[in-house]
Parts: sequence; C-alpha cells; structure tokens
Amino acid sequence: MPGASGHKHLLSISELDCEEIYKLLDSARSFAEVSNRPVKKVPALRGRTIVNLFLEPSTRTRMSFEVAAKRLSADVMNFATSDSSLSKGESLKDTGKTIVAMGVDAVVIRCKSAGAPHLLTEWVDCSVINAGDGMHEHPTQALLDLFTMRERLGGLEGLNVAIVGDIDHSRVARSNIHALGKVGANVMLVAPRSLLPERVEEMGARVTGSLDEALNWCDVLYLLRIQMERVNQSRFPSLREYTLQYGLTQTRWNRLKRKPLVMHPGPMNRGVEIASGVADEVESVITGQVSAGVAVRMAVLYDVLGGSRG
Amino acid sequence: MLTFPQGFAGEADIKVKGGLIQKIGRGLRAESYEVLDASGCIVAPGLVEMHAHLREPGMEYKEDVGSGSRAAACGGYSAVFCMPNTDPPIDNSSVAEYVFDRGEDEGLCMVLPHGAVTQGRQGKALAPMGEMGTCRAHVKGFSDDGSPVADSEIMRRAMEYARTFDALIISHSEEPSLSADGQMNEGYYSTFLGLRGIPPESERIGVFRDICLAEKTGAHLHLAHLSTAGSVELVRDAKKRGLPVTCEVATHHFSLDDSSLMGYDTNLKMNPPLRSKADVAALLEALSDGTIDVIATDHAPHAPHEKETEFDRAEFGCVGLETALGLVITKLVGEGVLSMEDAISKMTVAPARLMKMERWGYLPAVEEGLPANLVVFDPEEEWTVDPAAFKSRSRNTPYAGWSLRGRVKHTIFRGALVVKDGELTAGRDAVLSQVKTRGGNGQKQSQANR
Repeated sequence: MPGASGHKHLLSISELDCEEIYKLLDSARSFAEVSNRPVKKVPALRGRTIVNLFLEPSTRTRMSFEVAAKRLSADVMNFATSDSSLSKGESLKDTGKTIVAMGVDAVVIRCKSAGAPHLLTEWVDCSVINAGDGMHEHPTQALLDLFTMRERLGGLEGLNVAIVGDIDHSRVARSNIHALGKVGANVMLVAPRSLLPERVEEMGARVTGSLDEALNWCDVLYLLRIQMERVNQSRFPSLREYTLQYGLTQTRWNRLKRKPLVMHPGPMNRGVEIASGVADEVESVITGQVSAGVAVRMAVLYDVLGGSRG
Repeated sequence: MLTFPQGFAGEADIKVKGGLIQKIGRGLRAESYEVLDASGCIVAPGLVEMHAHLREPGMEYKEDVGSGSRAAACGGYSAVFCMPNTDPPIDNSSVAEYVFDRGEDEGLCMVLPHGAVTQGRQGKALAPMGEMGTCRAHVKGFSDDGSPVADSEIMRRAMEYARTFDALIISHSEEPSLSADGQMNEGYYSTFLGLRGIPPESERIGVFRDICLAEKTGAHLHLAHLSTAGSVELVRDAKKRGLPVTCEVATHHFSLDDSSLMGYDTNLKMNPPLRSKADVAALLEALSDGTIDVIATDHAPHAPHEKETEFDRAEFGCVGLETALGLVITKLVGEGVLSMEDAISKMTVAPARLMKMERWGYLPAVEEGLPANLVVFDPEEEWTVDPAAFKSRSRNTPYAGWSLRGRVKHTIFRGALVVKDGELTAGRDAVLSQVKTRGGNGQKQSQANR
C-alpha cells in the first residue's frame, strides 16, 4: 500500500484486498523455484539495501527475511535491540531516521508495540515491512500460511480453518483471520474465552471452546504456540489443563478419521499444544511453512521495492 | 449581544470600570473608553475549567502556569483548577500557595490548585486537606487524579475527612486491576489493532465504589471525566436518590470515539480512553438530561517526544483549553444536545458552584457590580484548529485541521482586556483597566480610545 511518502509498504493484511493477496501468492510461487536452484540467487534487488530492525527476539522470521533479501541480491543489515542505541534510550523515531539516513530502501521491523510499523512510515523516508508488531499483525506469516494451504490443498476458497490457542495475544491469528476471510475461507477460533479478545467474532470468525468440535469441522488445524509466560496471568490454569482441553494429543489425533492439514507457526512446544508423535507425523508441513516463508518474503520484498520503482 | 446565564438575554452595552462591570444597558456613551465591537457575539462569564494539568512545578517542559494561563485566556477561561500530579505533587500548602501565586503573577486568569487526597499521591496516608483549605490557595477540591485511590478504606477515610472541611473529593474512578497495561477502550477496535484494552467496567466499578462511599460518608463526590454509559447511569441513579454526587465530562469524550484510533495516532491516546459510539451517545444524553454537571477539558499537555513514539509508550491525554468552546458549540449546541445557555452554564456557573468559588469572591455572572471576568465569543464564526497557533507549550491535540464553529474574540479578566481579537494583548502592563464592550445589530465600532 503506497504511503504518504510515496513508498510502498506492507503493514497489515487488513489493508490488502483479495487480488493483492493472490498476486503475492502467485509471485511467491515463482520465487519458490529460485530456492531449488543450485545457485539460489536472482538479481532482482541488486543494489538495494534492506535493514532488519528487530526490536524483539526472533530467529526464524529474521533469518527468513535475511535469506529472502539475499536471494534477491539485496544488501542486508541486521539491527537488534541489545546492541543498539535503543538500549541507550534513543527513540524509535530517531533510530529509524538514523538508519534510513544511511541510504536504506526498506526497513523490516519486528517490534513488541502494536502499530509501530504504521508510525514508522510517518517518520522515515523508505518502505516499511511489518515483521510482527505486538498483538496486532504478522502479515508475512499469514501469507506464507495461505501459500502453504494453497499448495497442499489446491485452493483457499471454502476451506475450513480452525486456529487453536492464545488468540488474544496472537498477531499470527489476527493476520490469518483477515487473510482467510478475504480469500473466502471459513475461520473458527478454538480457545477458552479467557484467551479470546473482545468481540473477535466481528472480525469474521466463529468461536468455539471445544477442540473436538473444531476437529470434526476443519480442513486445516492451525495450532498456535502457547506462551508459557501467560500461564500465571490468570488466562488459564496450567499447561496440563491446556493440553487436556486444547492440545492435539495422540489420542485425539488417532481418533480422527479424516485428518486435517496440521500447521504451526513455530516454535512448537512438543507435549503442550501438540504431542510429539503427531508433530513428527506432520513435520513436513511445518517445515514446508518455513520454506514457504522465504518465498513469500521474497515476493513481498520484490513487490515493495522492485515492483514499483524497479 | 447576549448576556447570561443570569436571565438577561438580549442586546446591550457593558461598561467595565475599575475591574467591575459598572453598567449594563443600551446606548451607553463611549466616553473615553476603548470600545470593543461585540455585534453578533455572546458575552458570557469567563469560563471555568475544573480539570487541567498545568504541570508546574516539575514538568515545565510540557506546560507551566504562564503558558497554561495564556492558553486558558485564549480559550475564554477566567479560572482554571489544576490537578496536583506535579513534581513535587500539590499535597501541602506550600506547593498549593506556590501554584496559586504563580497564577496571580501571570494575571491572565485565576489558577486554583486542587490538592492531592493522599501524601505524594501514593494512596496511603491522607494529605493535609485542612491546612491546604485554609492557606492562600483555599484548596477545596482533592484528587489523586491519574493515580486513583485504589484502597477503599483510604478512600472512605478521605471522604470522611474531606467532609469535615466541607471539601470535595474529585475522583478519577477506576478499578486498576482491570485496566492494567491498557492502551485504549476494550472492544472491537482494540482487538483489531492488537492494543491492550481498558474495559468500560473498570471505570464503572470505580464509580460504583465511590458512589457507595459517598453515600456512606455523606461527602461530596465529584466524578472526573466520565466516559462510559455505565458510569453515567450510576450517577443518574445516585442523583435520583439525592446523593451528594456530581460529575464532569471531558470535551474529547463526547467529540471522539474509539474508531478514530485506527491508524495509531497517539494524540488519541487518553485515560480514560475514547470509548465506543454507544458510550458517546450515552454521554450526550447525560449532558442533555442534566446528569453531567460540568464540561471540562482534562487539558493534559505533553512534549512531542512523549507522543511521537510507539503507541504503548506514548503518554495519555491531549491539550484542551483552546478547543473546548469550539467543540462545545460545534458538537453540543450545533447538534442540539444542549442549548447555548446550558452549555455555557456547564462551563461557568456549574463548576463555580461546585467549587464554591465565592470563597475567592469569584462570581460567574454578567451583572452590574460584579468583577468583570468575561468572555466575548462569536458563536457562528468557523475556524480551523491549527496546533502551531496554540498558546499552550504543547501541541498534542487530536483536533488538528478540524473545522469548529464558535470562536473566542475577547477575554476580560478582572476588568483587564487580556485577549483581544483572539490574541493575547501585548503585555499585561499595557492592558487597559477600563473596557467597555459594546454591541448592536450590524453596528461596527472599533474605535479605540484611551
């Protein structure tokens, strides 16, 4: 979406339409092929500079963006909080301006503050890509999830997707609710009420407290990582209770006649939201999501940087 | 020219002399006085702000008594009550007198501090309300605004103690455990934006507790900046039962709702937060039926770096003194929620009565023989809000670029013309001590004699 500065950004799924989503997915499909070549590099973004501004711990998303940028021949710089001026009290605005003054074409930002990528677009003169902002959105995750579903199941329209876990704190869930809704899939959120945000149904999702109800309905079972640090925040009683109610246990899995596509944004907590045996069985899908992540991020970087100004 | 709310509404000339309204009548002779053309304008008592943060002492980079007074005068105010969340806090007579004296030194409006309920605003030990009440500042309103007294036992004793001194407890009512880490109203938009919500129930529970305690103690409770339908319903019920409870609404709570936060503008981050459209509708109804006594601004200046930051790191609040009258006329009078008389009354007579301002000899009326604290405003003039033109030291307003109707032309404080044609007069020393305002149908007079 072009911002006030004339640069193109990717800030949220909510601002994309169905056509734009498919355009990115199609583009990702052609970029996926690059990763299968012996020489995994195309010159699409040669001479462009991308900064990974990661203000919150992240391994896979940062590495995925880094690999994606490198496969497009862009120059990549990584910026982490611990060794940065932000830890010395510099504001995000000043940090952003300083980085961009070095001649940067795009900032990929991961931040614990919802809306920080939006605000950054008002402060810096370059493209901004949201790599996850607080509890708001994680648009490239949703795109790679849609990419995976589409490749594995053939299409997205009419798919029944159940998302299980701590919806309230999940930017992955929010982006997927938007994205799946836009492409005509059906979303069911599976969680105790204490892990669901207010009026989430109005975002276009059904809600249930019963995993078994969802299992009987869904084509895709999307498990969220349960964040251990939430356990003592009165949201749910214990991991044991969570696993009993919402874990994809071996028993639940074995009982299913029609097995859904099981997906997980990682990192997994084996034995909590997914039994270890089930995780092994569905591993190829989950690692497939990771590979898709590179292709999708190549598509996004190319769309934001290459598509518009070439 | 209209004057009110003392029952007189019509055209007249007003002669101001020696700090007093000397004469009101038609066809007064100009003699040697400066004549202000007020045709088409309304002359009302100077506005009274019941809830402002002037930041002095301690946070003068946001605002001080001088810049706050200038903003107030330009907004049409003749008196501003300021909150004690300063550094050091206004929890003793020394700081109270300091702030009061600073206001007198500036001489643009009365600056009247509210005192803290508890020492250091810590919610633990009562502040010396008796001493603050008898000091030069005559503090009679007590509030730990922004840090609500969480402990119900302390609040109970504070009300009992305040009642002894005929003082008012002003409560920012909130159940803190429900709003911890909250950034905005909890609802669809907080879910969409991924911002931690502040449920309306946190205010409602706080209001309910405080009304219960007011009922028990008989103390006068004034509820600050109510924002939810549930809260005003509780006040409506309390008033029906004859309890000593009053309340206010802040201008942003009736003019904006939480849907405006899409886009993460930190100037829209308030505490209490901007609520839902249904809450706004309930506030308008409560204004209309008299449940809400006072219109305040909760003027909360913040420096740019405190707002140009991530939403969850940004400070709460917006400046309000220079947009209040325009918002009230545009949103309340213009849309038929309140008559002009009732609207002005909620910004003058009502807060003055609650704060018993006769203590300072302050009487908000346009009447012969009274001190001349007046605002002259054009209820029809349209203007565009330009934060760069604010006299406040801070610019954190959500109304930049808004077109408002109703503009302050002149402000007269203790007989001195402190704002003329929307601008501060050149300097206090040069201010005329004798002013005659004059109006009439289409009569254009602007001769200025000394």
